[in-house]
Amino acid sequence: MDGSGKTTQLALLAKWLSAAGQPVFVTEWNSSALVKAATKTGKKKNSLTPMTFSLLHATDFADRLLYNIIPPLKAGMIVLADRYAYTAFARDAARGVDRKWVRELYSFAVKPDLAVYFKVPIEVSADRLLARRVKLKFYEAGMDMGWSSSLVESFKMFQGKVLSEYDRLVDEFGLSVVNAVGSITEQQRTFRKLVSQHMSIQESDEQLDEIA
Amino acid sequence: MSSSMKSPDDNVGTPATVTPGSYYGNPIPYLPIDGYPGKIIAIEGTDGVGRSTQITLLREWLEVQGYGVIETGWTRSELMQPTIELAKSSNTLNKLTFVLLYATDFADRLEKEIVPALKAGFIVLSDRYIFTAMARAGVRGVDRTWIRNLYGFAIVPHLVFYLKIDEKTLIRRVLQARGMEFWESGMDMKLGDDIYESFRAYQRALLREYGSMSDEFGFRVLDARRKVDIIQDELRRQIGAFLAETDTVGVGGA
Repeated sequence: MDGSGKTTQLALLAKWLSAAGQPVFVTEWNSSALVKAATKTGKKKNSLTPMTFSLLHATDFADRLLYNIIPPLKAGMIVLADRYAYTAFARDAARGVDRKWVRELYSFAVKPDLAVYFKVPIEVSADRLLARRVKLKFYEAGMDMGWSSSLVESFKMFQGKVLSEYDRLVDEFGLSVVNAVGSITEQQRTFRKLVSQHMSIQESDEQLDEIA
Repeated sequence: MSSSMKSPDDNVGTPATVTPGSYYGNPIPYLPIDGYPGKIIAIEGTDGVGRSTQITLLREWLEVQGYGVIETGWTRSELMQPTIELAKSSNTLNKLTFVLLYATDFADRLEKEIVPALKAGFIVLSDRYIFTAMARAGVRGVDRTWIRNLYGFAIVPHLVFYLKIDEKTLIRRVLQARGMEFWESGMDMKLGDDIYESFRAYQRALLREYGSMSDEFGFRVLDARRKVDIIQDELRRQIGAFLAETDTVGVGGA
């Protein structure tokens, strides 16, 4: 979810893994240079439709998969992805794109070893984002759907739909849920525990205390 | 499984029997298109078969008869054109991003040009349709089922004409017109350093792909080696017959 603090959590996790001698590679959603111009044009003119929005993100993902995800995996690194295909499943479906279609679209994606969902109530995520920024972004707030002329209202409605899509994904894809309302340290502890279950990392609580 | 959020006509999972003017696969849930009076006529074929010449002549002929006509063409979307051109020149595309950029372009034109035109009763003359994307993807080894699912949101054209040409004629025409270009020669596929050999192998594979889609998608095949006006006459004859049969658009009659 937006404002769930997952980027912070991922950065802390990367620190921990690196300190434990694990080479990590971080890749972010919608960050490839390939679709940047089109996304920017589309966003500026507010001319993206749910379908083109979805396809542009899939293009970005495909680009990063080939350049930023598969090579580090082959090199034996841990790839930390800030958002993965599940974000598309949740957001695109919330925009009214066919669920089955978007799942098939991403069938070329590598199945992650661990997928963690930082769950947060709408009110909390809205508060966090509003406290941090002057203005919510147009598409992030789902303003393209035309549900409300108020950014905050629209954000809440849109994120509400995104949230219920995520709930569906938890069962469908076995996402691990972290309660993102707790303190940063608490969440990080849970996160690290989850990761440890999937690989042999030397536990070092000192590190965590240091951060806290 | 494929339930949708707010589809007014939730008939997802359209059977394989396709109806012109409906979606190939699962409908775009928020974009109902049933009962729109417009028609889609697609002209398919490789480079050098004279598609745009034929379309220009068809448009003129249709407009004289009182039909409203719009044209749509491959990679011409406002959203994607600059990106596709940039991507092609920068040489960082792989087969997946190649396919997805085209699909995005098509989606943009579908929603912004094609569907509004169908709603308003226009005849949409499409210079290439999804079959070009499928042929190019097929040649590059993209999964056939995946690409068909991807284009499930495309609308079944009322008529698809495939201007068919043989390899030898194709090569000569392209060389005469503008010479061989990197992507049209499939140089990304590393078939060989010799651009002529690569071009030949690529175009041959493309022709095979189009050929295999002919039955699957009900192409009306025309021999593109014939003279422009002979092909045009044939197109007019078939389109005229189709329009006479389903005359719900325009003022009809020649």
